[in-house]
Order: sequence, then C-alpha cells, then structure tokens
Amino acid sequence: MDLLGASLTSIVQALSDKKISAADVYDFFLKRSKHYQNDLNAYVTILDKPHAGKVKNNILHGIPLCVKDNFSTRGVRTTASSKLLDKYEPPYESTVTKRLLEAGATILGKNNMDAWAHGSSTETSDYGPTRNPWDTQRAPGGSSGGTTASVSAYLAPAGIGSETAGSIRQPASWCGVVGLKPTYGRVSRYGVIAMGSSFDCPGPVTTTVEDAALLLNIIAGNDLFDATCSDYKRPDDYRIGMKKKRKLTIGVPKEYMQNIEPSMLKKVEEAFEVYKKMGHIFKSVSLIDPKYAISVYTILQRAEVSSNLARYDGVRYGKNRRAFAKEAKKRIMLGAFTLSQGFYDAYYEKAQKIKTLIIEDLRRVFKDVDVLMSPATPTTAFKLGEFEKYPFFGEVMDVLNESASVAGTPAISIPVGLDTKGLPVGMQIMGNFFDEETVLNAAYQFEQETNFMDVIKKGINNYV
Amino acid sequence: MTQYIPIIGLEIHVELKTKSKMFCQCSADYFHMKPNSNTCPVCLGLPGALPVPNKTAIEWTMKIGKALNCKLNTHFKFDRKHYFYPDLPKGYQISQLDKPICGEGHVEVFFPAKNKEAPQSHVKKFRIERVHLEEDTGKLSHKNSTSLIDFNRSGVPLVEIVTGPDFESAEEVKAFLEELYTIITYLDVSDANLDEGSMRMEPNISLTLKRGVFPDYKVEVKNINSFNFAKKAIEFEIRRQTAILEKGKTPKQETRGYNEDKGITFAQRSKEEAKDYRYFSDPDIPPFVYTKGQIDKITRDIPELPLARLTRFISSYGLRDSDAFQLTRTVNTAEYFESVLNECAKEKRKELAQKIAHAIINKRISTKLSPKEFAEKLLESLTPKETDITLLKDTIDRVLARNAKAVSDYKKGKTSVIMFLVGQAMREMKGKADASMVRIELEKSFKNN
Repeated sequence: MDLLGASLTSIVQALSDKKISAADVYDFFLKRSKHYQNDLNAYVTILDKPHAGKVKNNILHGIPLCVKDNFSTRGVRTTASSKLLDKYEPPYESTVTKRLLEAGATILGKNNMDAWAHGSSTETSDYGPTRNPWDTQRAPGGSSGGTTASVSAYLAPAGIGSETAGSIRQPASWCGVVGLKPTYGRVSRYGVIAMGSSFDCPGPVTTTVEDAALLLNIIAGNDLFDATCSDYKRPDDYRIGMKKKRKLTIGVPKEYMQNIEPSMLKKVEEAFEVYKKMGHIFKSVSLIDPKYAISVYTILQRAEVSSNLARYDGVRYGKNRRAFAKEAKKRIMLGAFTLSQGFYDAYYEKAQKIKTLIIEDLRRVFKDVDVLMSPATPTTAFKLGEFEKYPFFGEVMDVLNESASVAGTPAISIPVGLDTKGLPVGMQIMGNFFDEETVLNAAYQFEQETNFMDVIKKGINNYV
Repeated sequence: MTQYIPIIGLEIHVELKTKSKMFCQCSADYFHMKPNSNTCPVCLGLPGALPVPNKTAIEWTMKIGKALNCKLNTHFKFDRKHYFYPDLPKGYQISQLDKPICGEGHVEVFFPAKNKEAPQSHVKKFRIERVHLEEDTGKLSHKNSTSLIDFNRSGVPLVEIVTGPDFESAEEVKAFLEELYTIITYLDVSDANLDEGSMRMEPNISLTLKRGVFPDYKVEVKNINSFNFAKKAIEFEIRRQTAILEKGKTPKQETRGYNEDKGITFAQRSKEEAKDYRYFSDPDIPPFVYTKGQIDKITRDIPELPLARLTRFISSYGLRDSDAFQLTRTVNTAEYFESVLNECAKEKRKELAQKIAHAIINKRISTKLSPKEFAEKLLESLTPKETDITLLKDTIDRVLARNAKAVSDYKKGKTSVIMFLVGQAMREMKGKADASMVRIELEKSFKNN
C-alpha cells in the first residue's frame, strides 16, 4: 500500500486487513518525521520507540499519532515548548492520550507549539519556530502549529492539538488541514497543561473530515478526572450522523466577513456557492462584533494564565521563574493586574458578563440556523517574524475563532482552496453546543462534493 | 489604669476525616506516612492535573453549618486564592470567597455556675459569619540549612469557621472553642485531634474603650493548635496592647505568631505587606446548585447537639448544671449516662440520675462496664451495708497500729486525716462496711485511747 497521503481511515483498514504491518507504518512515519525535522522543526521530541499503553480495543491498532507537547505522556518528556519544563517527564497520562493508547494507537512524537500555547504562530516556542510546510519562510500558525505542520507534511497520519481560542483552527487553516475544536467539556482536559482553563479544548488535526470524526469517537466523553467535562449524551459513532444526507440552513454572520484578505474571501465565497448548488439554504445573520470577543477572551485568558503558571515557582521542575520567556511574563503580569484588588470589577467581572452575552447571542442564532460559516482566519499564513510587530498578534489572528471559544461551542476549519500566493485557505464551520455531528456533516458534504480538500494532498506532494 | 474592653474574633480550621482528600482520591488520613507517599498528580499540583471536588466533604460542611445554625446556601462555588509558599504546590489554594457553603449563624455556649464569682449558669450567643471549605497545604520542615516539603497533607479537606468579633475575654474564647470542639466530635466529621493539628485557630484581637466602637487596628495571631495556647496568646495580647495604648499609641495592624515555649506573640507580617490574593472563581470547578430539599435531606440526620442535650438533662432528670455540662462533653459519655439510666426502674430514674451522674463524673464506677452492670453496681453501693462489728473493731485496731503518724496528726488536731483512715479501713474490709459506721467507730476508738 502507498502510505503517502493515505487517510487515517484507510490506514486503519489496511492494518485490519493485514495489508501492512504496524511496524512498517511506524517506520514510515518515524523516518519522515526525522527527515523533515530540520526543515520544519515540527517536533520537540521524536520517539524512536513508540509510546504505547494498555490496549483495550483495536480501533486504532498500529496507528502512530503526533501529539502537541502540552499533553502529559507518562514517562515521555512533556515541555509545552517551554525550557522551564525541559526535563519534565510526567508520572501520568492525560485522559486524551490514554484513550488513544487504549484504542491501540501509539505516539511517535510530541509536537512543537507556542510556549505554554501562548501565541498563534509557534514562534514563541523555546525550541525555535516551526515552519509552514507550504512555505518554510512562513509560520504554520499556532499554537498547535507543530501538529498541523506535521499532518500537513504527512509526518504523521493525524495528530491531536488543543485550543484555547483558535489554536487548532487557525494553524489548520494556515497549513491546509482539517482542525476540529469540540464543545468545551466534550473532551477531557485532564493532563493537558493548562493555558486558559475555561476555554482549553483538545481536538483532532487530520487530513479528512472522516478522520476527525474517527478520532473524536475515541477522545470524546465524560471523564471523572475533569469536573468541567460533560456527561451530555454523545453519538456512539460520529461518522453515522456525519454521513447523513441533510439539507442545512447555513448562517453567514456579516460581522465575520469583514476585514478579510480579498483572495482568501473569494475562495470562501466560492465554497458557499458549492453549498448553494447542493441545495443548502443560506441566511445572512448578525452576531456581536467579534472584536468584543477578543477583549473578553484576552482579559479572562490572561487572568487564568497568571494563575495556572503560578505553580512554576522555582521549587520544582528544576528551573526557576527566570526560565519563562517574554510572552509568558507579559501574560502573567497582565493577568495579575486584572485580578488585582480594585481592578477585578473593571476587567475580570465585566468580561465575565460579556461572555454571558456572547453565549446568549450564539444560542439565539442557532435557533434559526444549523451552522455558521465564515473564513477561518482573516489572512493566509504570515511570514515568520511578522508577529513581533503586533502586540496582540494572536488575538487578532484568532478574531474569527474566539466567539466559539468564549462561548464553548464546536467549530471546524477545513481547507477550501489556495489563495493567489498559493497558500491554503481555511473555512470555519461553527455549530451549536454539543452538536459536533452537524458541524462534521456540513464539512463532510463539502469534502464529498469537491476536490478542494485536495489542497492537503498538494501540500504533501512537496514532501515526497 | 484605663479599663479596655477586648474585641476578639476567631478563624478556626478543622480538618475533615473524609476517606479521600478534597480534590483527589488520595487518603485524607496522612498521619505516620512516609513523606510524599500519599500524593498524586492532583495534590502535587502537577501540570495538567485537575481538581474534582469531594461530595462528602461538601455534605459534612453543610452539617457543620446546620449545627452552627448557619444559613445553608443553595448556590456556592470555589475560588482560587493566590500566594506563593513552598508548601502550596499550585501557587494558589482552592478556597471559597464570596459564595461559601454556609452563611451567617450562631453558637450558644453554656457557662455552668461556678462558686462565688458566677453563682448562676448562663448562656452566651456568639455569631458565626461563615463556614467554608478549602484544601490544606503541604508541610514544611527545616533542618539546619535544608528545607523539606511533605505533600501528604496537601489537599486534605479543611473547613474554615469565621466568628463575629463577639468575644470579650480569653475565657469566653476558650469556652467557645471547647463547645465547638464538642459539636464537631458529636457530628463525627473530624478526628479533631489537637496534637496532630486537625483543629487550628487564629484569634484576632483589639481593644476598645466603648462596646460597639471598633478601633482602627486588628492584630491576628496565626496557627495556634491548643485551646490553652489560644487563651494564653489572647491574654498576652491584651496585656501587650494595653501597655501600648496606655502610652497613648496605637498597636500596629499586623499578623503575629505565638511562641509556645515563651508564652508570647511576635510580629510576623505588617499591614504594608498585606497580601492581595487575586481571588477568582476556579474555572476547573463548575459552581454548585443544590435545592433546599437536597440540603434538608443531607443535614436532617445530625445528632442532638451538646447544648440541647445538656438542657434536656437538666429539665428531664433534674441534674445539676455543672454535671449536665460535664456529661455532655462527649457523645459517648452522654449516651452512656442515658443507657445506664434506662437500666433503672422507670419510677426511680429521676431519683437516681444525679447519683449516676456523680458515679460517672467521679469515676467511682468504671464506665467500661456494660450499662446494666454499671446500674447494678451503683444500686448495690446504695444499699446500706450490714457491718460485722467485731471484724470492724479488729480492723480499726490494725489500721491505727499501722498508721501511727496519722494517729498523732489527729491528736494534734488535724482531724481531717480521719477520712484517710476511714478509707484504709474500708479497703481492709473490702467494702463490706458502711462508711459512716466506720467513721463513728474510729472516733470512738480515738476517744477511748
């Protein structure tokens, strides 16, 4: 079997049909990961021997995955791309990786990321920036940039990233892969090094929508180790709902179609045309201007960051607080400020109130539409170094992703074509609370109807 | 000297004896364990670990709140309280700020009659401001230039009880703390072992010239683990602050420690270094919503509390105030008393109650006996003894011969030694004599000699 560019689903099938061995699959991806590490720097740690666990079923038997380096992996160095944790080996496994290992998957490497997930370009990593496989002078986006670059360059058939606001969808858009952010509470955060605890959300990064559904099947569900995890009912198999022939009512929030790079916007509008031709109904809707989500998100996230990073006080982990790089220090200071006496009401408390408004706004609009569609990002991939020019680069790059993160609703980014520079364009599909099924359904219908998703394959071809 | 009135409030921390810790599955019983053996990613605060609240600890806090007559809140949440200290693994403690489990309440403390100073028993009410739940920290130990941290205690459920500034003396504080201790033991929610630090108190003390007028300073004394030390620390503070005020100065607003060996308090932290804990709701723990019905169900089965039982003992059995007070200090004693009473014939109970109380309090009869055996023994001791006069006379002769010193003391006028001699004779007779008879015979033999 030709593994290059094969979907996760097809490799699972080939392994189950014994057309290929698990060792060969591992070897294939390990070689590629090592080979392109110099060019892309997609990993912090590559594992010659697969990280495996106790297996309970064979759904992903023999599948090597790449995982963002903020997922605790028992006995395997986990740094969150910060030198502060350079030598830290967790004594326990995160719930997400545990479930993947129980399904028979292995982990072949831990992906580079923005240090502590603070960023949207993977340039704040203490281990150097990851490069975009489409153009190595460009950033892959972030903070899950190492994971999206790995999947884009086919160093692994799929990966697991995490979002606080846009950290899966934005780099997925820039790297031309599928990135799903599930509902907050749908997937356990246990063992994921916390960034903004009330937003953090693990999710799959894949080359097809079906692969995303397959991984979601394994990682979604209640977890007794995470009090914020939900026992809200989930489908046994997301792929069944995903494959239904449904006619959808699609909302396009006009506030999300502004300030978009023209050639990017054009590709997204072409995608809308595809949906229209398929008979789906479009509705223009209005949402709270996403710029407010930026303010709310920034205040709440910085507050949580300053709290979550307090544990790295120099007593343990072998490094003191000086090992924090500039971005973390900035966030700690801003967060400590907004939580201080006398400022709490003006910032944190007020942001919480607007968060409630954003939730109500989305609930209102989902009474009328099944999904919301928009560009996933305002632009395609930036050149490395650009982010330094903007103090809130990440927040601005993630502007279209933040409302779903603030509210906790699910959303996906899928590639819908290339812009005039030949860079991938991502489209975002947002859904209602716990309705990943409809989000996947909308994305899958597009995938089946078009060959736009072939952008992923084109990218892979650069890395033969 | 000016007469100052102390204003004292208390913060009390009680460790719960739940099976597991507050936010993880480690054992809440950490005593005598190898350092850092009773830990997991959660109570070590490792990256990515998350707290999952212990439901039993929440329910027990509600019970404490009920016992302290508190308003039980249907909506409450947990907050993060930030400060850096090596025994605090996350850099914040999970506690409760603005929405605690229990709101305002009060405790009534019974002060039994004492001889001349307080001839009447009285009850005084002290307000409770709040009762909330939080997690304990690890423990530091310092040897030479090395500091060690043991996280075995990290995450043990800790209930914080805050009183109103209602105490005017160290004695009132001590009586309140003893009452609180008794209530906690009645509820059976804590080992309440003072030596092991499962109950710690922090009094805040200031002095005023006029009741209801609060001075503009407050001195807090941290981490005291005995009622006596609390009493001594307060007495010391009252003296110290009085001396400062007498000089026309105002004591500094500060936090002080207590040195047990020297019996003094010492400055630890002043107001200028006061901390901003940067509280905010813990995003890892969703807020709680209970219905009134659920809370009623949880708190319905708390036992009859010490004051209620004490009052009942006085009204139903006619016990003396101080005896009823003593009997109700532990659940076991109070229950034992009533079991013994139930062994007695109904119509004789009222008459026997006081005698049973005395026998228990003065340890005249062992409470290790079954209530039935206790009752029998008591009744037996109350039946007048037939005394073998010949044997008694022989015995008295022997006792007097053996205790020449006591005899000569008696003759010199120290007549109180006679009780000692009665005791000696009773022992020789193996209790088969009536004590008053023995006394009469003894006095006779002194006269004859």
